[in-house]
Amino acid sequence: MFGFEALELARFQFAFTVAFHIIFPSFTIGLASYLAVLEGLWLWKKDDAYLKVFNYWKTIFAVAFGMGVVSGIVMSYQFGTNWSVFSDKAGPVIGPLMGYEVLTAFFLEAGFLGIMLFGLNRVGPKLHFVSTLVVAFGTLLSAFWILSVNSWMQTPAGYAINEVGQYVPVDWWEIVFNPSFPYRLVHMVLAAYLTTAFVVGAVGAFHLLRDRQNRGARIMFSMAMWMALIVAPLQLIAGHAHGENTLEHQPTKIAAMEGHFETKRGQPLILFGDPDAEAETVHNAIEIPKLGSWVLTGDFEGEVQGLKAWPKEEWPPLDIVFWSFRIMVGIGVLMILVGLWSGLERLRGNLFEARSLQRLSVVMGPMGFVAVVAGWIVTEVGRQPWTIYGELTTAASASPIETPAVTSSLLAFIVVYFIVFGAGTFYLLRLMGKTPEGGEGVEELGPIRTSGITPGPAKSLDQQPKPAE
Amino acid sequence: MVIDLPFIWAALIAIAVLAYVLLDGFDLGVGILFLGYESGHQRDIAMNSVAPVWDGNETWLILGGGGLFAVFPLAYAVVMPALYAPIIAMLLALVFRGVAFEYRWRTERGRFLWDWSFALGSTVAAFAQGVALGALVQGIPVENRAYAGGWWDWLTPFSVLTGVALVVGYSLLGATWLVLKTEGKIQQQARDYAVRAGVAMLVLIGVVSLATPYLNPVYLERWFAWPTAIFSIIVPALVLGCAYLLFSGLNRGYDLQPFLASLGIFLLCYIGIGISFYPYMVPPSLTIWQAAAPDDSLAFLLVGALILLPLIIAYTGYAYWVFRGKVRPGEGYH
Repeated sequence: MFGFEALELARFQFAFTVAFHIIFPSFTIGLASYLAVLEGLWLWKKDDAYLKVFNYWKTIFAVAFGMGVVSGIVMSYQFGTNWSVFSDKAGPVIGPLMGYEVLTAFFLEAGFLGIMLFGLNRVGPKLHFVSTLVVAFGTLLSAFWILSVNSWMQTPAGYAINEVGQYVPVDWWEIVFNPSFPYRLVHMVLAAYLTTAFVVGAVGAFHLLRDRQNRGARIMFSMAMWMALIVAPLQLIAGHAHGENTLEHQPTKIAAMEGHFETKRGQPLILFGDPDAEAETVHNAIEIPKLGSWVLTGDFEGEVQGLKAWPKEEWPPLDIVFWSFRIMVGIGVLMILVGLWSGLERLRGNLFEARSLQRLSVVMGPMGFVAVVAGWIVTEVGRQPWTIYGELTTAASASPIETPAVTSSLLAFIVVYFIVFGAGTFYLLRLMGKTPEGGEGVEELGPIRTSGITPGPAKSLDQQPKPAE
Repeated sequence: MVIDLPFIWAALIAIAVLAYVLLDGFDLGVGILFLGYESGHQRDIAMNSVAPVWDGNETWLILGGGGLFAVFPLAYAVVMPALYAPIIAMLLALVFRGVAFEYRWRTERGRFLWDWSFALGSTVAAFAQGVALGALVQGIPVENRAYAGGWWDWLTPFSVLTGVALVVGYSLLGATWLVLKTEGKIQQQARDYAVRAGVAMLVLIGVVSLATPYLNPVYLERWFAWPTAIFSIIVPALVLGCAYLLFSGLNRGYDLQPFLASLGIFLLCYIGIGISFYPYMVPPSLTIWQAAAPDDSLAFLLVGALILLPLIIAYTGYAYWVFRGKVRPGEGYH
């Protein structure tokens, strides 16, 4: 019984730390690319307004990246502390993938981040731009490897099991490019871009509401709304393709997401309802008949399996998956609507005057994070009770640790994370509250403090960074 | 020809951990000494001497841990639960310390809090690493591919001793780094710290070295039986040589020599541990070959490591070169 408690606590600890962690990469992946675009535009158009926007977001990037790094180090060691049996068994397959993440991505990001944050005057604009590009590329490479690992745990392929019960590699190509990997990678990278776009859009809108002429705010808002208009619908397509892939490889997860209990033709699409695993039904369901089958199979009479097709101990926790899925999709739909609305206002030449759109955009600012966390809950909780889907159960993956050890470390993580990331969020919001420099006709180059870290005493804050040659 | 992949990987992991200890060692050391500097300007300079490179330094820790997971998964699965408390303490301390680099500049009123978090985080991380090392040297029992000891086995007088030794050792690295990177009053203070840390470090090295061989008969035999006994003359002699270079460099006002001498002392201690350890991955239970992943895993990652490690060293070197020279207020980072 003690073992069971330690398992639950270890699961909660992993869920807690990973949910915290995912917030930062989903922001920094998008923001790094955005920074590269901004710096590229600055160099190309020779318009310093872009440099100002770049510097504005660079500082925010530095704070968010710092939080991502420290929460990521925790993740990389947690496999061993709380999930040592899993580490021993799956290490030969996923260990090298994570090794490649460190070798190809982490060093690259860390090596060039210093130059990106502090080096503009030391290396000049061209090499600095290269550093920004390298950091952005590094964040994408990191996503590539870690999603490969996660996808392999969802849809394992290319492996065998050796005499001591370890999963061992047979075909690396199949392992890395396992069946769900491409879908997951595209879905996640688009999610990161959208998340960032809505944060940038919210900050731009917030400052536009106070000053319609602010050039920096206009650039932010306009670019963010283009992103919403183009990428939000693409995400719908990517998400749908991912769903079809999941139906093929993890049908229990889809059944839990949709709230299907019976295997039948013409499944309804349940918009809302109250799934009940005990009674094996969805109470008070609001549903559209037959649409569920059409969405999943392309045929109104297509057969879709329900949860009853599997033993109950293989069902994922139903409520969590069902509701998280609806939160994610709901936010996605809202994002599409905001994008369309902005397109309409832009056509009418009214983008910067549209107060209601801007107010809505401010509210939408944090929604990407909510959607990302909800999406990960769907996919991770939906995988239960497996760590490696269909192969290794979560219960069989845990370390032989005693409950007090996990309890105290869990409490420590909760306290520390709330202090540290609470403070970080506060600082981020304060940075975002600063008015971007960029009323036209402003003479000096660059906003007051620009770098990620503001060295020197407060007095020197007045010194302007040298214009780039 | 048979290539001994586990052996090659053990060497690579050892190099990664050494790189971590040397590199993050000095920036953790700066953190350990941090509160000794006046708040404000002096601390700004001390922190800025490591701000552009600490993230890269810490990545070697992820390579060490991630590499262990990748190529010696059994060792990883045994060591992490055995060192549960010190590892968690280290991670949490690194969280506090890592965010301080950014948060410190984001608030005037709360700055002292992040100064403390930087200093305490660095110290606790260093201590936890030293304790973990000591606990590993003591030995970790293994049964049925899992840790078979108790939850407080890591805590012994010996591991506390190695914890203290690592804090002192890192502060020596940090102090000599500050000697290298700063000028004037800050540098003078750093020389002072370096002398004190250097003396304490030598004493602690002596105590730890004398205690280690009695932990395990294998170690004793290694150090005092022919032919490995050669090392028990050479290694301490070289340590004393480095100590001479350290103190003479500090005395004569050299900037670079004390730092290099400190790195030398660390390198020699590391070799000393290696002499005790080999061929174990987890003494006294698992050898390198018992703990290794299948050759397919080792070969797959080795191809990448052989191509990428030189590249990593090249661009990391470039980053250090970009930020070469003394840290001066109002210059460079603005």
